[in-house]
Amino acid sequence: MQDLKELYGEVITEHGKKPRNYRVMEAANRKAEGHNPLCGDHLLLYLDLRDGRINDISFQGDGCRIFKASSSMMTHKLKGLGREEAKELFDEFHQMIVGELDAENTPNKLGHLKAFSGVSNFPVRVKCASLPWRTLEAALEGQDTATSEDLGPPLSAAEPG
Amino acid sequence: MMSATDTAIINERVEGARGFDVERVRADFPVLSQTVNGKPLVYLDNAASAQVPQIVVERGAKYLREEHSNIHRGVHYLSQRATTAFEGAREKVRRFINAREARECIFTRGCTEGVNLVMYAYGRRVVGAGDEVVVSEMEHHSNIVPWQMLCEEKGARLRVIPMNDDGELILDEFDALLGERTRLVCVNHISNALGTINPIKEIVARSHAQGVPVLVDGAQGAPHLPIDVQDLDCDFYIISGHKMFAPTGSGVVYGKAALLEEMSPFHGGGSMIRSVTFEKTTYAGIPEKFEAGTPAIASQIGLGAAIDYLNSLDRAAAHRHEQDLLTYATERLTAIEGVRIIGAAREKASVLSFIIEDIHPHDIGTVLDYEGIAIRAGHHCAQPVMQHFKLPATARASFAFYNTREEVDRLAEAVEKVLEVLG
Repeated sequence: MQDLKELYGEVITEHGKKPRNYRVMEAANRKAEGHNPLCGDHLLLYLDLRDGRINDISFQGDGCRIFKASSSMMTHKLKGLGREEAKELFDEFHQMIVGELDAENTPNKLGHLKAFSGVSNFPVRVKCASLPWRTLEAALEGQDTATSEDLGPPLSAAEPG
Repeated sequence: MMSATDTAIINERVEGARGFDVERVRADFPVLSQTVNGKPLVYLDNAASAQVPQIVVERGAKYLREEHSNIHRGVHYLSQRATTAFEGAREKVRRFINAREARECIFTRGCTEGVNLVMYAYGRRVVGAGDEVVVSEMEHHSNIVPWQMLCEEKGARLRVIPMNDDGELILDEFDALLGERTRLVCVNHISNALGTINPIKEIVARSHAQGVPVLVDGAQGAPHLPIDVQDLDCDFYIISGHKMFAPTGSGVVYGKAALLEEMSPFHGGGSMIRSVTFEKTTYAGIPEKFEAGTPAIASQIGLGAAIDYLNSLDRAAAHRHEQDLLTYATERLTAIEGVRIIGAAREKASVLSFIIEDIHPHDIGTVLDYEGIAIRAGHHCAQPVMQHFKLPATARASFAFYNTREEVDRLAEAVEKVLEVLG
């Protein structure tokens, strides 16, 4: 039961039930759609990107609680951050949810996102937590779609050097 | 007053008298006696894939150990043994579905390949521009997408038999869909998402009255119901082996001989030819015409063994047992506040789709898995069904004859835990 309570902890439950930044953004200058065709998780991510900074970010979509909470908390965390900071966060987030980063005992910038550390005990749910971030990655790269089919590390981590 | 032991003995006798002893049956499936997350496995994902009894495992292993060779080719001893076993499985299939002739039973890898075979070899011949193919609102994607592909290619039109909110087809509207341009009707015997048992004889009779042939997707029919293709009078009946306790990679397309004879081949290659020159190839007769290449021999022999196994059970008693599980599970889950059953057809197989409040089925699935219970969470490859009920997904518990009332209790307790953790 401990694993489950950790997975569906208070913060995830709260954000999953009442997602923040859940709205269409008319003024968005970047927009990307994220979709996991196998389970149906789906979101539209809106970005107002100015001079390499995330001025505003919002989403709409439907899916499981992990996915919704992850979308909500990602948007909450990223507002005001620069493009590179966002990518670094995804790196850390991804490492944490696949069990490669012990977020409690290693320095990191994840903050409240540490609520997702329990996902690493449920490998089939990694895609739920990472889909919004994949979609963010697509939006920052100027692409309009992302799917959770790709299981690899974030693009930035895969780049040499 | 009777002791608990007496009651148990009487219950056992009653079960025995009804010809079905679930504990004895469970012993035939070693996979069931394992623990998941420290709890005994409760396998309720039978509609996705059923478990394989030991006797089928052993038959496949014996083939691989002692009989393996390519079929229909060699004059040597092993090839003859393999061919005999393979063709023996075909005869078992024939008897299982009461086809007139074994050559009406074509081996495929499963239902998806089966529907595609009929689409390519039959559909492409008979469907032209402006023609219509009828499917139902409760089809699995494998009985929608091939027909959509065909309609797109030919400029034909896909028509859909609607269903009501209980998950039953609306036959009055079906009549209105049947017309001069209808070339084929494609419906499932049992809905994998809702459990609805469709009135196939009625659908076939109405279609035939208009001269329209009928394909039945029997993926969920074969594991739950006795199949008599002559009685149903359907033109095609499609079976998936792994849904009926056989290995994956096995399956059958039944087709009436007269239709199969006039159909084009499916895949081109070895085994399906009579003679080949660069000028002209002539094709083998049925069923070989549709069986190019080396098939999944061990799996098809396994399908034959699974049929033997099913025949060794009292299938009527097994069916009653499944129906009892369905009724009991429906009662138990309905009694939990926040649970809603999706699909209330009067004729229903042991498939139970449900939702819990607005909790996403994947989250339900994770909690149930944690409790050792395997269910399916998702759209069940039947997105139009989800659209009908305006749901993204459902949780689905599907029961086989080896499931027990105690497992239904475990399911109900775990559903209460879902509400505790996620409610």
